[in-house]
Amino acid sequence: MQRFYFDHNATTPLAPEVLETMVSCLGQVYGNASSIHHFGQGAKQRLETERRQVASLIHANPAELIFTGGGTEADNLAVLGVGRGARHVITTAIEHPAVLMAAMQLEREGVAVTRVRVGSSGIVNPDDVRRALRPETGLISVMHANNELGAIQPLAEIARIAHEAGVPLHADGVQALGKIAVDVDALGVDLYTMSAHKIYGPKGVGALYVRKGTKLTPILFGGHHERDRRPGTENVPAIAAFGTAAALAGESLAADGQRIGDLRDRLENTLLERIPASGINGSRWNRVPNTSNLYFDGIDGEAMVIALDLRGFAVSTGAACSSGAIAPSHVLVAVGLSDDRARASMRFSLGRSTTAEQVDALADAVLASVAHLRRISVHA
Amino acid sequence: MSGGVDSSTVAALLVRQGRSIVGMTMQLWNQRRLPELAPEGGATGRCCSLDDVYDARHVAEQIGIPYYVVNFERQFEEQVVKPFVDEYLAGRTPIPCTLCNNYIKFDRFLEMADSVGAHYIATGHYARIRHNEAHGRYQLLRAVDDSKDQTYFLFGLTQQQLARTLFPLGELTKPAVRDLARSMDLAVASKGDSQEICFVPNGDYAAFMNAYLKETGVTPEETHGEIVTSDGRRLGEHGGVHRFTVGQRKGLGISAPEPLYVIATDPASQRVIVGGNDELLRERCFAGQVNWISIGGIDRPTRAQVKIRNKHAAAPATLLPAGDRVEVVFDQAQRAVTPGQGAVFYDGDVVLGGGWID
Repeated sequence: MQRFYFDHNATTPLAPEVLETMVSCLGQVYGNASSIHHFGQGAKQRLETERRQVASLIHANPAELIFTGGGTEADNLAVLGVGRGARHVITTAIEHPAVLMAAMQLEREGVAVTRVRVGSSGIVNPDDVRRALRPETGLISVMHANNELGAIQPLAEIARIAHEAGVPLHADGVQALGKIAVDVDALGVDLYTMSAHKIYGPKGVGALYVRKGTKLTPILFGGHHERDRRPGTENVPAIAAFGTAAALAGESLAADGQRIGDLRDRLENTLLERIPASGINGSRWNRVPNTSNLYFDGIDGEAMVIALDLRGFAVSTGAACSSGAIAPSHVLVAVGLSDDRARASMRFSLGRSTTAEQVDALADAVLASVAHLRRISVHA
Repeated sequence: MSGGVDSSTVAALLVRQGRSIVGMTMQLWNQRRLPELAPEGGATGRCCSLDDVYDARHVAEQIGIPYYVVNFERQFEEQVVKPFVDEYLAGRTPIPCTLCNNYIKFDRFLEMADSVGAHYIATGHYARIRHNEAHGRYQLLRAVDDSKDQTYFLFGLTQQQLARTLFPLGELTKPAVRDLARSMDLAVASKGDSQEICFVPNGDYAAFMNAYLKETGVTPEETHGEIVTSDGRRLGEHGGVHRFTVGQRKGLGISAPEPLYVIATDPASQRVIVGGNDELLRERCFAGQVNWISIGGIDRPTRAQVKIRNKHAAAPATLLPAGDRVEVVFDQAQRAVTPGQGAVFYDGDVVLGGGWID
């Protein structure tokens, strides 16, 4: 059976160039970057080369980049590393669990947390952030693009509000990186989370941008790596792969964005035109170009994911929980969807290898599947 | 696929028969809820534990089938857990497994099968299904392994459900199933049997109810009352009628010359009525919401053997039509006929139907 991958927001396939970098680095660059000798120096040089490469994708100073074991760790480092010095933290209701659950940990430690709500657009109103500010607020954390809806948040405006109040702003950029241009200075963010495996790099490596002067205490202990902020022998092969992935993302960003956006619109136009009682969750505008979150009233999204998978199409309904079963998405609930509509929603996320033929095949399969599921639910 | 030996063997047998199958595990209860009930070291051996899902996934991988976990937690709570709690509070003794079969395993799950294009569902239940050409009806029959027979919990199945269900283990004994699992090298071949009520740890349903009611913010009404004899003599006090079930002897906290048993509970007056063994005997009972399986119904007195709880030896009786109910008249009085349990009617191995004891 031919299989088509429409779940690039969950993860992306490794780019061939990235694979090549990673394998050759794994084989050749085995020194410990902290060692004094030749082997250590080779690893250290490679590490810093890749740091420059990744930093350039977000127009940052390489010295402001901390490599981590992935996006979740980077989010935790930002939220806990800054939030533990605060008495109040502001975040949003639609964050990734890496931020939401780190914020819950802060609450357990005695820090007050405000979760700003969003309207049906899925976009945070900067004025709501302003209203949530308190004299003792010590951190604001707002994602750049939402993983389920693709909604792009107005970071620049929120950054202005944050800086007027003298509060650092963290953005979880995992779902924005590689999909839209990111410039940490233009956005005005003080901390920015990145993950390699969402941009055709390997799992298990990410980075946190920390603007110079931002107070950050480590959350792990054990060495002086990454300027005393993240201990542990650097995973140079994975970081090198991240560097190659970042370079590729920088080169293809504009062209990919246009092409993938056209394909996404093609998919949406076909489905919305031909399926009654369907629509887009969140705003049609201000989205990353690859993400489409649609509802088809009356269907069981969980069943549809399985039915489509059995026909070779990998799609998703939302976040999956630890046992692999699907729980209703907190994001769809946050944008005001009824429980039924949340369960009748599907996420299609396109990527570099997606073609028009694949999109048309997916559209046909979805049309057939929705018709079938609606027939069943009438009988049930 | 529960991750146990029975459903794993079913999946492997079907693959061996060359059927095209999809493995699914029903996620019915969130084990992170009610943490106060969790034994030290986590919740193993309970439904939907992460370990069980891991085992099911491992078997699916071994036998090379697509595998999914489907989430029916919402329906399970609405249609099994809540009625279970409500029944106990109403002084009855519910059977959640039957509700789960009626509303989840052979309804919601069948719908899921439809959704993904599957024609049949197969489970690890010990029971047999046969199509009777003469009557045009699907019949439900006791399993060959009498000690594992689960037909008592399946009396609610409809003809439509039976038509699309496979019970491959009905012809096998449990030891034979384990041998099969071993011969196919299934990772779970030696795994222990699951407990009776999957979402209640250690069978302590009263502790489960207290924790569940507390979590849902419901304060049970007056949970104290008197323990009395059938002629009204007050013998002691108790901590809630839901802690007692008909026939129960332990936990009364009363010393008496003769053993005392719970004869009945009366939630309205919060009374628990106790008495000697002979007071537990009943010659008749009514079964409501009757579902007929192997026959379309009865319009005259009909002979049958009737089981009034799972471990009960089916007792000879006469079934009398009584409006939308059936009156069961036992040849010999039966002990502890318990409201809320099922009365399942058999003709030998064949399940005629069944209803809920009023």
